[in-house]
Parts: sequence; C-alpha cells; structure tokens
Amino acid sequence: MKTRKFIANSAAHITLAVLSVIWVLPIIFAVLTSFRAESGSYKTYIIPKAFTFANYIGLFEGALNYGRWFSNTLTVAIFSCIVSTFLVLCVAYVMSRLRFKMRKPLLSVALVLGMFPGFMAMIAVYYILKGFGLLETGQFKLFALVLVYSGGAGLMFYVPKGFFDTIPKTLDEASYLDGATKWQTFTRVIMPLSKPIIVYVLITSFLAPWTDFILAKVILGQDRDYYTVAVGLWTMLEKEYLQYYYTRFFAGSVLISIPLATLFLLTQKFYAESVGGAVKG
Amino acid sequence: MNFKEVLGIGEAFRHGNLITRLSLLILGLGSLVHRQIGRFVLFFALELGYILYMLTVGITSVRNMITLGLVEQGEVFNEAKGIYEYSLGDNSMLFLLYGVITILITLSFICFMMGSVRCAYQAQVDSRAGKKLPGILQDVKSLFDYNIHKFLLTWPMLGLIIFTVTPLIFMVTIAFTNYDRNHQPPGQLFDWVGFANFSDILGLGGSSQLSNTFWPVLIWTLVWAFFATFSNYILGMLLAILINRKGTRLKGMWRFFFMLSIAMPAFITLLTMRTVFHNNGAFNILLRALNILGPLETISYFGDPLLSKITVIMVNIWIGVPFTLLITTGILKNIPEELYEAAEVDGANKFVTFFKITLPYMIFITTPYLITQFTGNINNFNVIFFLTNGEPLTLDYYIAGKTDLLITWLYKLTITNKDYNLGSVIGILSFVLMAVCSLLTYRFTGSYKDEEAFQK
Repeated sequence: MKTRKFIANSAAHITLAVLSVIWVLPIIFAVLTSFRAESGSYKTYIIPKAFTFANYIGLFEGALNYGRWFSNTLTVAIFSCIVSTFLVLCVAYVMSRLRFKMRKPLLSVALVLGMFPGFMAMIAVYYILKGFGLLETGQFKLFALVLVYSGGAGLMFYVPKGFFDTIPKTLDEASYLDGATKWQTFTRVIMPLSKPIIVYVLITSFLAPWTDFILAKVILGQDRDYYTVAVGLWTMLEKEYLQYYYTRFFAGSVLISIPLATLFLLTQKFYAESVGGAVKG
Repeated sequence: MNFKEVLGIGEAFRHGNLITRLSLLILGLGSLVHRQIGRFVLFFALELGYILYMLTVGITSVRNMITLGLVEQGEVFNEAKGIYEYSLGDNSMLFLLYGVITILITLSFICFMMGSVRCAYQAQVDSRAGKKLPGILQDVKSLFDYNIHKFLLTWPMLGLIIFTVTPLIFMVTIAFTNYDRNHQPPGQLFDWVGFANFSDILGLGGSSQLSNTFWPVLIWTLVWAFFATFSNYILGMLLAILINRKGTRLKGMWRFFFMLSIAMPAFITLLTMRTVFHNNGAFNILLRALNILGPLETISYFGDPLLSKITVIMVNIWIGVPFTLLITTGILKNIPEELYEAAEVDGANKFVTFFKITLPYMIFITTPYLITQFTGNINNFNVIFFLTNGEPLTLDYYIAGKTDLLITWLYKLTITNKDYNLGSVIGILSFVLMAVCSLLTYRFTGSYKDEEAFQK
C-alpha cells in the first residue's frame, strides 16, 4: 500500500513538473529573447549568445515611441476607468436592488445587445465619431477612445450585479426606515459594503484599454504618435518591421506585462468567485 | 408581458379626460392645466425642438434614407481651368446613418409623448383625490429617491444608445443594401437590395463562392468552439484535481506556474506563440535540438489546414487551461467527501470515481459557465486573429483562410475588404447563433430564475 502511494505521488509530481515546464517555457523564451544581443528575427538557437539591455533602451529612442504609447494608454485607461466604473456601478445597483416597471425588459435588451459581435458596429462608430469631429487630431482620437470604451461599459454589469445580489435586502429596508433616501442608501450604505467589487470594476475597466486591439487600431489608423501599447506592439511584428524590432517586441511585451500581470493577479480572486458564486446560487 | 401595461398608457387613455388625451399631441398640456410649470416647460421645449429638427433636417433624412441618394458623384470638365472637377453627389452611407438617427430620435420622442400622457393622467387622478401635486423641486428631489433608477440609468443608457445601439441598427440595415467594395460612397451610390445578401451567403439561389465559404467556415467555427471549450474544461479540471489531491505538495507553487500565463495580456501571449510556431520559430528549433526533426527539416504549422487547426486548438489549451484551473479549484473542494469514500468502499477506482462522481457534479454546477465559454469561443476573435490570421489561405474561399472563424471573416470582410453588406449579414447570422446558445443557457440556469435567492 505504501509503495503504491509513493508511486502515485511521484507520478503526480513528475506530471506536474513536465506540465509546468510546458507552461513556463514560452514565458522564459520571451524574457530571454528580450535580453538577446543579436539583432534580426529568428535564429537557429533559443538561448541567446550574449545578453544586453539595449532592447529595452531601444524602445524609448529612434522611430519607436514606446514611452509615448505608454502614456497614451495610461491616459485613456485612467479616464475610461473612472467613467466606466461609475456607469457600471449605476447599472449594476439599479438592476440588482431596485424594482421598477422597465427592469425585466431592460435586462432582456441588455442580453440581446450583448449577443451581437462587439465590433460588428465598429464602422458605424467610426463614422459617428467622424461626424462629431473627433477624428481630426490625435488628442481627439484618444478622447474618442475614452468615449467608446466607457460608452459600452453599461453592459458589463453582470459581475457587480451578482455581488449586489448577495447583500441582504434588510439593510436597504432598515436604511429607509431611518428616513434615508434611496440615493443616501446607495452612497452611504451599499457602496461602503461593496469596496471589493468596486476595486474589481476599477481594475478590470483600467485593464481594458491596455489589452484592446481592434477598436484602437480602427480609430487610431496611421497616427503612430497616438498609438496605444497594444497597437504599437502589434505593428512591431508586421512583416516590414519584424527584422528590426523582433527583440524589442519582446522587451516591450515583458515591460508591459509586469504591471498588468500584477493588477490581474489582484482581481483573480473575484474572477473565480464570480463564476463559482453565480453558478452556486 | 403586455406591451401596454409596461408603458401604462392604455389605462390613461381609457380613463383620462380630454386634457389627458390631448397631452399626446400637445406635450405638457396636462402639466400646464395642473400648474406644474416646470414639467410643462420641459415637455414643451422637447416638442418644439423635435418639430424644429424634423422641419429642418428630419423629413429630408427620412426621404433620403428611402432613396439612398439619386445623384452620383460626377466628373465635370472645367473649361476655364482645363481640368476635371468632381461634382458633389449624394452620399448613401451618410443618408442611411442620418435616417437611422432620425428614426431613433422619433422613437424617443414617441416615448416622451407617452410620458406626457401618463404625467397628465397622474395629475388628473391626484388632483381629483385632492392631493398636492409635486412641483419641479420635488421632481428633482425624487430623482434621488423613488425615481433614482431613472437618474442612475440615464447616463449609461446615453452611452449605449450612441455607441452601441445606433451603430448596431445602422449595421443591421446595411445587411439589406449592396454597400460593398464596388459601391463605396462618396464616389458611388448604394441601394436597397432586400434579402439578396442573405440568399447569396446561405446559398439559397444555388451555391456560389460565398456560400462555399460560409458553410465550411460555420462548421469550423462550431467544431472549434466545441473542441476549444471541452478540451480546456476537461484538461483544466484534471489539472485542478492533480494539484488538489492529498498527496501533492507545494500546491501554491504549481498553481503559480500555471497562473503566470494568464496574468500576461492575451494578445502578448498569442503574438509570442505566433513567433514560437513560425517555420524558424522556437518550437521547430527545439524539435531539431531533440533530434526529432532533421537539421534542415521544418514543420510548417500554419501551412496545412488540418495541422493549423490542431495547432490553434493546442495553443488555446495552453492559454485556457489555467482559467479552468482558477475556476474549478474552488468548486472541486465543495464536492462532498463522503461520495468518494462510499465509492472507495464499493471498490471503484480513480477513473470510475472521476467519470461517475467528479465529472457529473462539475457539469451540473458549471453548465452555465460551459455555455458562456462555448458562445465566447464562437466569437473568439483574438486567438485566430493573432495566431494564424486565418492561414492557410485558400482560393476556394472568398477572402478567408481555412482557420478563419465567422468573426475573423467578418473582420476581413469589413475592415480589409470593405464588403460591409456581407460583414453585416455575417454579424446578424452569428447573432442568431449566439441567441440560440444563450437561450439554452438561460433556460437551464438557476441563478437567472432565482436571482433573489441571497437577498431574502
């Protein structure tokens, strides 16, 4: 019995070790390549012959404008994060804790809207923005990105709504009995209880502009100075640039992944809970 | 639910007096009669604004939307300058867009008309009962109290109407036009064609290159969604079991290793994977170093349709399994231990307990998650776009490669090829696909039917 257990445990650990290697290797490969001193794209070996920081430094000089891309994305992310969080919390709170005539119909409409492929309407968005005159200059384009990201935020209410659903209704009733208005109940009773979900919404809406590619590409077009990091990194792997920027692409990716990964790891608890919680209900 | 009940206008019309009924045409009349001046001013301003809009722009744009423009942009020879000049033609695209916007404005105006009637009826009932009618100050205050949903929902809905609803309706109308790359405003006009695009793509009028693209792409989309969903699900669950089993040590470390890959932004991991599976990429080099491939041999992962599809699913496993690990870990701990003990007593081995206890339990709990994963995979743009971009390309298909999903085909049709009408049809068809899947989800989800379970 003891030997059987030993064999089972060893087998499990060996399998896990092999799988971990498979999962970690590509990341190590990316990190190694980001420090590779040899220029050019693909090599006949994996481990670089010499190491250098030049790829990281190179991101900030010459034709590449990584610092600029970073600050563009940061600006867009901060503004759209503030606006989206406000909008998402509004919808989630109303849909979860208030009962009114149009509630069910509105929930159905939200469901239907969510089923259309997101960027099907991108061309129309593009022309609406053009109609507003927001595609004239680069700064306006960034403003347009903030508008579009936060404009769609109203549909992202499911996870926070699930959270609000779990707060006992008696709290609201007690607050009304004490003479509070619904607004006061919302801001002074429910919001202080909802700090974790507010943090979750803040982080997820902050992350969205960093990882969105398609919309940013369509709106920003050829305006390289106003690219976001995602669009910029993607262009570095285009055929005409691949030879020059291959190693710098990895440097840029590693650089951006560190803060984003940290933020993501902060939200993963909620992520697991939201799915687990919603289905457990 | 009865439509009239939702709007509450039927009752107002049946029992309302003349003033109430007239409020439909003269907005705010009821409020004026009952001395609610603030409401009257708002309603009347809205009506004035709407009439002004319709007279100046609205009526023309509806007319233009019906014709979609008659005058094509032409070239006129300017003898004085000795050059060809462009004469200004109609822009079908803008005509359609303005038409859609006018219709939406009209619809919201109709809502205000009904609001006016309801308002008047409320005032009529309240004043007959001798209640004091609310003034504008109380109205504003009520927005922070019993009408708070109106205040809180206005802002998100404004954003959604401008950036989601209007564009969507516009794109849906385009599906019924011939707005393709041969009909590009402002140079050319496009026109209404009814269901012609739908029958072309579905191959109703005999098979064409379009329908020969659509059906295989649709089938691959479903096959992909099936394999992508279930491979991730089952492998992720096995991994979670492996990490959570009693004998395994360093659980946190193993979990961290797998977590690393999902912490990185998806487009970065996908672009990295594209370089890894390049002909001269890291994976082929690794195979050569291990002597599995000869020094000059290469495997072209995205060159062969079948191999390309398998590679995509494999990479998707690499990306998706940690997500399943994240989600299932918690649920696995909730499976009652007694079930396993009883099974062990009955002499069941590990495989039997997995298929008879773990899997049924997990599927029971996570069915909604599975279905959202499935619909998410149908629209999984990122994996295909960044990894293969549809390659390998084929001449049998219209602007699509063998690994293109409906959603990436839609992208190519609209962004690259400017066949907006075809893209719209694909969008509508994927919507139908999604709707069917989602309907199934909500039929079987407990959390939707009993969403107040925790509030009691």
